[in-house]
Amino acid sequence: MTDELVDIKGRAQAPRRSRLGEFFSSDFFYMFRRSPVAIISFAVVALLVLAALLAPLIAPYDPFNPASLNLMNGFTPPSTPNAFTGDTFLLGTDDQGRDVFSTILYGMRISLFVGFAAVLFAMVLGVLLGLIAGYVGGWIETLIMRIADIQLTFPSILVAMLIFGVAKGFTPVEYRDQMAIWVLIVAIGLSDWVQFARVVRGATLVEKNKEYVQAAKMIGRTGPAIMLKHILPNVLSPVLVIATISLALAIIAEATLSFLGVGAPPTQPSLGTLIRIGQGFLFSGEWWILLFPAATLLALALSVNLLGDWLRDALNPRLR
Amino acid sequence: MLAFVLRRVFQSLLVLLVVGLVAFSMFRFVGDPVDNMLGQERTQADIDRLRTQLGLDQPFPVQYFKFLQGAVQGNFGVSYRQGRPVADIIAERAPATLELAAVSGLFAITLGIILGVFTAIRRNGVAANAIMTLSLIGVSLPTFLIGILLIYVFSVELDMLPSFGRGDVVDVGWWSTGFLTKSGLMALILPSITLGLYQMTLIMRLVRSEMLEVLRQDYIRFARARGLRERAVNFRHAIKNTLVPVITVTGLQLGSIIAFAIITETVFQWPGVGLLFINAVQFVDIPVMAAYLMLISVMFVAINLIVDLLYFAIDPRLRVDGRH
Repeated sequence: MTDELVDIKGRAQAPRRSRLGEFFSSDFFYMFRRSPVAIISFAVVALLVLAALLAPLIAPYDPFNPASLNLMNGFTPPSTPNAFTGDTFLLGTDDQGRDVFSTILYGMRISLFVGFAAVLFAMVLGVLLGLIAGYVGGWIETLIMRIADIQLTFPSILVAMLIFGVAKGFTPVEYRDQMAIWVLIVAIGLSDWVQFARVVRGATLVEKNKEYVQAAKMIGRTGPAIMLKHILPNVLSPVLVIATISLALAIIAEATLSFLGVGAPPTQPSLGTLIRIGQGFLFSGEWWILLFPAATLLALALSVNLLGDWLRDALNPRLR
Repeated sequence: MLAFVLRRVFQSLLVLLVVGLVAFSMFRFVGDPVDNMLGQERTQADIDRLRTQLGLDQPFPVQYFKFLQGAVQGNFGVSYRQGRPVADIIAERAPATLELAAVSGLFAITLGIILGVFTAIRRNGVAANAIMTLSLIGVSLPTFLIGILLIYVFSVELDMLPSFGRGDVVDVGWWSTGFLTKSGLMALILPSITLGLYQMTLIMRLVRSEMLEVLRQDYIRFARARGLRERAVNFRHAIKNTLVPVITVTGLQLGSIIAFAIITETVFQWPGVGLLFINAVQFVDIPVMAAYLMLISVMFVAINLIVDLLYFAIDPRLRVDGRH
């Protein structure tokens, strides 16, 4: 902060080193290089996200195109030729002859999209409310933090279910399947904003008495400008940590809701929906329909979780 | 003391009023009850009559008050899907959920405290480290996957335990219990482990870290210096002081157990309130959802209140400064 050049209007001038160079020589990157857990979990997350993004290119079949399905291919075990058609599938097929590998890739897209969008929504909402509560204070602060306290009494998965149920009641029946993904994002996001708001409020209370905020007030900057341009950048690092941990929770929450049948619809199956479908074949011996989506979900949730834990330790110097 | 209790009770009532408002708004604004109750061939006169009959023509605060009055008396209306009073349906389903929650709570507390103390005392032992690593994986594993895994191992592969339902139940008055038959007890095992595992790991980690903290204190060192045996130090002196935070967390987790019962009940098709709720969400059965919301919040608020008061009773330091 001290070696940054600042022009007369308070804007930071271009840093002397390139951003990328600065990143590679930072403590943060050094710590990352030294932690095998961080490298492995980052690699797993990156691989899965990339696979999900490139699903249309990687997936051997389009599981949502009925023309590419052949019911004769149903229940083909992994990597063995089908008895009738002779087709081979890497991870086998489900009851309708859909390639499990392709459905996982497409399912991961939905899971990750819902997870990221829900956390983004929760983050924006929580950070804004936290900033306002911390900076403005008074009855607004009391109101926001009381609501947060009340919501914190209830487990967030329960809050998400209730919001999902109510929102479903509002949407007309013919749009329910199309809207389900968005409703899911809002439900998970609304159930998860409290953590962000609490942390940001706490940090804002500390920041707002510092000299740079006083200076900004003195030169006549308005409240919103001070909150967003001056305080926000200084309270972001804990937000980043919470966002990573929330991402793991959001992915699990989405999978749980979809597994319970109150999330992603069968027309847009997420990993949770796939596990729900696969559970039906547990007793009849078609283990691959369940195992592979479950393993993917586990790898995703575990590595995001570990990455979040590492990030918390790395960004929090007190714990070093 | 009295002021503190009164303030906490007042706060709890306030929370309940807010939740009641949310539940009532669900009734009032999600779908039109008149639409739901009248058929296709209705006249404006029919609609008006039903509106008056249901009290929908009265102002919002009056309706809200009436709703609260009904809720306090256990009247939550009629399920849209089953056509029976919601209170009856819930009363019928409650024993299943409560028995499941009680058994898994017991499992979580006993095993959690035992393992927590064990991992703290043998903190560098191989077994303790293995338990800690396993617990990390256990925390990341979603509840429903644990359930499916247990079903796969114990029902599909080993064929030892039932994978769904409550087994044979015996009616004791209006309460149907699974404790009295062998199949009922067998049916309880897998769901209880599934439901309690997360809480168990949580309690274990908490007891472990509290225990490590306490073992570092002067009075423990003094007890050792007095020549007391290791067992006496650990179990008579140390464990007592680890229990205060454990009680808080355990109490708060009791609420979570009830909430997460929704997931466990779905995996094991356990005929409890959670399964009822999830079906209500699927079919947008608002009266059931609202009643569940009210019930669970009464429970949560009561648990919070009791935990706070217990805390107060256990830790004398809180009483001295008079506030909080």
